[in-house]
Parts: sequence; structure tokens; C-alpha cells
Amino acid sequence: MRKATRRIDPAAGVFIFRSMDEKLARKLRILADAAKYDASCASSGAPKRKAGADGLGSTTGAGICHAYTPDGRCVSLLKILLTNYCLFDCAYCVNRRSSNVARARFSVEEVVTLTVEFYKRNYIEGLFLSSGIIRSPDYTMEMLTRVAKKLRRDHGFRGYIHLKSIPEASPWLIEEAGLYADRLSINLELPTEASLNRLAPEKDGAAIEGAMGQIGERIVQAKEERRRFSPAGQSTQVIVGADATTDEAMIRKSALLYGTYGLKRVYYSAFSPIPDASSALPPQAPPLRREHRLYQADWLIRYYEFSPDDVAGAADDGMLALDIDPKLAWALKNRHRFPVDVNRADREMLLRVPGLGARAVDAIIKARRHGRLRLDDVARLTSGLKRARPFLIAEDFRPTTLTDRLDLRMKLAEPAEQLSLF
Amino acid sequence: MGEAPHVRNPLPGAGGGQIGGIHVVSLAPGADLTGFRAAARRLIAANVPPEQVVWQTEAPSLFGTDTAPADGPPLRLPRAVTELIPMVVPHRDPERYGLLYALIWRVLASERALMEVASDPLVHRLHRMRKAIGRDLHKMHAFLRFRRVPGEGRERFAAWFEPDHHILEAAAPFFVDRFRALTWSILTPEGSAHWNGALAFGPPGRREDVPEGDGFEAGWRDYYESTFNPARLNLDAMRAEMPRKYWRNMPETAAIPALVRAASARAQAMIEKEPTMPAKRDPIRAVARMSQDEPDSLEALNAIIARSEPLVPGATQAVLGEGPVGARIAFVGEQPGDQEDQQGRPFVGPAGQLLSRALEEAGIDRREAYLTNAVKHFKFTLRGKRRIHEKPTAGEVSHYRWWLDKELDFIAPKLVVALGATAVLALTGKQIPITRARGPAEFGRPFEGFITVHPSYLLRLPDEAAKTVAYQAFVDDLRRAHALAA
Repeated sequence: MRKATRRIDPAAGVFIFRSMDEKLARKLRILADAAKYDASCASSGAPKRKAGADGLGSTTGAGICHAYTPDGRCVSLLKILLTNYCLFDCAYCVNRRSSNVARARFSVEEVVTLTVEFYKRNYIEGLFLSSGIIRSPDYTMEMLTRVAKKLRRDHGFRGYIHLKSIPEASPWLIEEAGLYADRLSINLELPTEASLNRLAPEKDGAAIEGAMGQIGERIVQAKEERRRFSPAGQSTQVIVGADATTDEAMIRKSALLYGTYGLKRVYYSAFSPIPDASSALPPQAPPLRREHRLYQADWLIRYYEFSPDDVAGAADDGMLALDIDPKLAWALKNRHRFPVDVNRADREMLLRVPGLGARAVDAIIKARRHGRLRLDDVARLTSGLKRARPFLIAEDFRPTTLTDRLDLRMKLAEPAEQLSLF
Repeated sequence: MGEAPHVRNPLPGAGGGQIGGIHVVSLAPGADLTGFRAAARRLIAANVPPEQVVWQTEAPSLFGTDTAPADGPPLRLPRAVTELIPMVVPHRDPERYGLLYALIWRVLASERALMEVASDPLVHRLHRMRKAIGRDLHKMHAFLRFRRVPGEGRERFAAWFEPDHHILEAAAPFFVDRFRALTWSILTPEGSAHWNGALAFGPPGRREDVPEGDGFEAGWRDYYESTFNPARLNLDAMRAEMPRKYWRNMPETAAIPALVRAASARAQAMIEKEPTMPAKRDPIRAVARMSQDEPDSLEALNAIIARSEPLVPGATQAVLGEGPVGARIAFVGEQPGDQEDQQGRPFVGPAGQLLSRALEEAGIDRREAYLTNAVKHFKFTLRGKRRIHEKPTAGEVSHYRWWLDKELDFIAPKLVVALGATAVLALTGKQIPITRARGPAEFGRPFEGFITVHPSYLLRLPDEAAKTVAYQAFVDDLRRAHALAA
């Protein structure tokens, strides 16, 4: 049994915790476990800040992953729930009120202590706090904001704070949360109103998008007025595979969310087996690779000038191929647009070449001003030459037969077993 | 860092002999940026090509410590080059200085834009070295773990870390920015960094110099274990980002073997387990109650507003609206002024007094109207001891808009008079010039709208005659509004 030791620092006049007691540790286990199905861990996008003379914490802009767990995910923020007691009954959620998981609740003070003490030891970039809905959406939202406010005010904390906003809460509470958080997020979870009604009866799609609109508008205004309001933007998460939504519909929804509310990120979370699952869920989890393909398609839209129509064109019956990435799928369906000459093609077309990343494309454009590029040169600018070769022309190279080969897809496909569940 | 570098000819006086052209530059061990800069300046000044320079590192005593020749003039280099150099110098590759000097030579000779040619083998290699340093720095910032040093007084922390390259000095400022208020030491096999309000570098440390554990490590390991999802095991992704060599200095990694061993059984168990019936009774009443959480009366709403903090710090208190629920006419102003802020009541300052007078002349009983502001807190700038009113921004108006909407819902007036542009913005979400929109207006709300000037506008008019005319027009507006609200 571990016991907490703490004493008052005579100089600072504050409690200094030297260790955690077993009770707090148990809560931490329950409330970290309950929070892990939220895919977001980003600590990026905040304006650069440094600790004040008496304060703690900084943000570098880029975000830091302080560890990786054996699922390959980054541990950047202390990602916990304030409580996993919840009055909502969302079928996909491990914390729904009808679930029999162990429950716990942190006090505001406990979350602040854990954040500060973990931060001082360089375990984390900051806090990602969410919560089950207890008593009411307003009450819960107030508690979340109180944690952020206490960290900023009482501890001069300048690390990263991501608060989950509760769309059912009164709008003025979201106004306040944005003053202390670096990022606000509201999880859409299900991309269609029908699925929401079926699987998350207490949620309301209109309220969710209304709150996203409010946050989006306020972020833009605050930037213009040089005030602080959720400076790292807002994000959301959708669950993949809990309903019948196709990849195409998912990507169209995301494009709409990016466009309408100025979201920074849409996270796709392949719905994962959870302890004590609801019978309303499909019995089989979707392959993790489906989630991966959605991220790639999302990326193409945000950084590669692909439109949702392009993504739809790369898909079959609305679903992206699992064995090849969506950019390659698009290229194979549009072979007449290839090969592309690295020494002449414009940026937009270079971005369409499988295996060439945005950075490689920019390097190509710079380098070719100073001389014609040979295949060896291209090899030094990208690590994806193997995939790019059939689609490009260099000074000394032409893929005469490759582009037309029918087995090209097979040659370039990834072995199927890599990312499967077990 | 380190001692002065020196460039010398190994065979002084040999002049143009077979090996006479070779220059040996000896630099301090580690990342000797100062030494490299000085040497590069001197070599360029002497027009020494890269192939005639031998760079000695890690062995400063080999050629003694004879006096360094005078410095050369600063080199004019493209920014891409000057930014690259400090990011390559910490690399442990002994060829780093030679490669950098070759780059400088070529850039100065004829290839000013060489850095743009990322496909050039030299540039490519230097880019990769820079990337390696960037990664090493990033991993040090990420994976270094502090432990609390036992003892009384100020909290002290210490960490042991083993970077791949000579990056201690480059890595330290990050920790200063982050942990300025703490006292800490970072020990590495090559040197140490210490912060106690000032940054100092010292001799190498040993792993044993850092405490063996920390009171929060067990809790951190608990967190690490709990945040792992056994249904998504992906060891390759973990190892790619967190290579094994870092594990021994990270307390949480001790949990990895057991997590991995148990993962598939845990995931399988979750899948095979039949859905269970809820064990606890359904909290029907709590669920029903939660949707009734919105403030259900003006008092309840006012309690929330009164509790709120000003968006811009400074105001004494929130100023609430005033008047009876069910008032037929409501007036919305901009924000409380100095007097209002002190008394906690709307429209009691000079503009408020003017409004009262005009209302009376228009035949409106102030006690039967509802008066409020778009923004609930006074915003000002201090000029000496005077608090000068500052106009709220559009963002601030939106921030407070919810309360105004809710208030007006409770009052449910027949007509709302917007006094000035801020009130119009709050009620319509649009910036509309008052002079053009003055009079009856459609706000797209369940009440009728009316737009007129704010009484403070009348106070600001410099010319008495104009003031009288404007005041009369204002009273006329109020009279019309009164008629519409009847």
C-alpha cells in the first residue's frame, strides 16, 4: 500500500506532493483506462510560450510525444476523465451509464496535482481532460473549466491544455473554457443523425454542430482581435465501423467539418473492443487498416489538394481499398495522367504521384531550378521512390512498360497481414 | 565552448612542399561551434580549399595550445547555411566540420543557392545529419525523466540521459523555458547542465548521481499501463518512435514486456465476453433532471452572470439588467461605464441620466421598462487615475451575446430598442451603420426591433446647437418606439 507524503514548502507556502497514495493511483488507473478510446493526443498548434519566473511549463508549437505505448500510440498529454460516471447511454462508449465498468471520480485538486507533478518530471506536455456527464452537462463543463483555470491561475501553468467541450452545456460555459484551453474538441462520434439517434440517444447532432460553429467563430474572432481563445483550434473524433457509414461519406462529412467550422483535425477511431460491450454494436471490430486509410484520405484533402470527389473516385462503392493507399488507388484509376515528368510538371500534379510527399515535391521544385533531375537525384529527395518509379519521368528515366502493367497493383500492395488485429 | 581553436601548418616554413599546403585545424571535443566559425573565417580569408584542410576533433592536445592566429572577417552566407551549421556541428560524425567547410567553400565560390539543391550529395548528407540532430534533440526533450532529489527546502530535480550526439548545450534551453521555477540538473556521459536561476555546464556525471526512484514513478507507470489499448498491439510503431536504447532511462518502459504478453488474451476476452445486463438500476430520475439544468428564471440567469468573470480583467462587478419581467419595452445599451461598474446598476452614469431625462420626455416610465447592456462588464484603460471607457470588440460582444438572448427570452418584451451600434451587433450579429438604419428594424427575433443612437453619442457632440437637435431627434425616436410597444 502506497501512502501519500506531502508537506508544506515553507518558501512557496504550497503543498508539495512527494508521492501518490494507493487511492489516487486506483482512480488514475480507472480514469486513464476510461479515456483511452479518444484518439487525439496532439499537443501541437499552441502559440509558443515559456514559463514565467514562478510558473511552470512551455509550448513549442510542434508538440512532443513523451512516450509510446505498445499499441504504437503517442503519450503526449495526461489523458484522463474527471469522472467516468455518466448519465448518457451511448452504445459505443465504455462509460455509458448501463456499462458495468468500475467507476471513479477525481476532485479538481487531484487532477491539478497529477498534472503538475507529472509535468515537473517531464512525463507529459500537459493535460487532456474529458468527463462523463454527471449531474448535468453544465455542471460537468464547469468542473472541467475549473481544472484548467486552477492550473493557469494558481500554478502559472503554461503547458498544453485540451478540454473536451460538452455541446449540451450552456454556450457561455464554452465561452469560458476557450479562455483557458489551448484546444477545445467536441466528438461527433457518429457521422449521421440517424446513427446518433440509434446509438447515442442523449446526444443531439444539431447541438454538436451548433457548438462547433460557436467555437469556430470565436477562434477566428479571437485571432483577429489578438485575444486568446482555444488558440490551437478545435478537433473532433468519429468512430469508424460502429455503423454502416462508408469511407466516402465519412470523408465528405470531414471535408464539410473542415470547411464549415475550421476544424484543425478530424480523428478517426476504429471502434475497438471494449470491456463490457453493448449488444447494439456490430460483433466484429473493423480492421485497423480501414482507420489508417481514412487518415491517409483525410491527409490528401488537407495537404495534397485532393477533393472529396477525388477520394470518392479512388474508392470502390464508397469504400477505400485496404491493400493500397488511397493516393495509389487514385493513380491506378487515372493511369492516363501518368507518368509525370519531375522536371516539368506543376506542383499539383507532382502531389498526385504515389510515393512523393509534400516535402519531397517542394524539394523537387526547388532543386530543378538549378539543373535537370535524374532518378538518383529524386532518390535523394524522397524515401518513396519504389512506389513513385512507375509514375514518373526523370532526365534519365522513363517507365515505359511499368505504368501499363496490369499487375502493378499487386506489386505495390502491402502485405495484408501487417496491421490486422491479432 | 572550449579553448581557442588553432589552424596551423604542420610543416611551418616548408612553403610549397608536397604536404606543405595541408592545414590542420584542431577543435575542442563535442560541438565546438565557436571554434569552427573562427577556423572557417580564417581558412576562407587565406583562400584554403577544403581538400587542403584536416579537421582534428576530440583530441585537442595533439598539437599543443599555441596561440591562435588572428580571426578572419565574418563570412557572408545565405541564411539557409548559417541555420544549418549549428544543427550539424553537434553531430558525432568526425567528418562534420570538413563537410560544412566544403559547403561554405562551394557556396562562396559560385553556388550561392546550393542549399536549394537538396538532391546534391553533399547537401543531402548534411540534411540527413541535421535531421539526426533534430531527432536526437527531440528525443531528449521527450524521453528525459526527472527525479526529485530528496531533501528539505526548494524542490530539486535531477535526470540522467544519454544522447547520441553532442547536444547537451543545444538541448538545455528547452528545459530552462519549461522548468524555470525549478532547480534541476541534467547529467550525461559527456557533461552536465545545471539550472538554479542561471544555466551552467559542468563535467560529465554518472547514472548513480541521480536518485534511484521518485514518488510519482509508480503512478506514472500505472498511467502508462492504463492508457495502452491491448486490442491495438503495434510493436513496430512503438519501436520506430521509441527505440530500445532509450528504454533503460524511462521508468514506464519496465511495464512493456508484461503488457505485450497479456495483450492478445485481454483483447480476446473483451471480444468473447457476452454483453452484460446493467447491474445497477437505471438512474432515470437523474437522467430526466439533467435536461432541466438551464437557468429557468431571470434570477437564476442573473446569478450566473453575477458569478462570471470579466473577459478583460479590471471590472468591479457584472452589471445586470434592471426592470420587470414582462416589460413591454426593453433597451439594450453597449456596456457598463465607470459609474455603473461601481454601483452595479445599468444606466446610472452621465449617459444614463440623459437617457432617463429623454425617456421621461417621451412619456416612458423608466421603472416599467427593462434596461440592460450587450456586454456585462466595464472595459477601460487607465489614464492616470481615470478609467477611460473602451469600446468592446466584436468578439467580446459575441461572447456575452448568449446572456442577452436568454435575458430577453425571460423578459419577452414586445419591442427592443438597440441603443447604438454595439447593441445592434449584439442583437443581429451584424455591423450596421446607425445613421442609415435608424428607426423600426427587423432583428429576426420574436420581438419587434428599433434602432437609435446611444445617449453617450449625444454627450460627445461638441457643438451645443447640434446637441439640442440630436437630443430632440433622440426623444422623437423614443416616442415612436413607445408607440410601437404600446
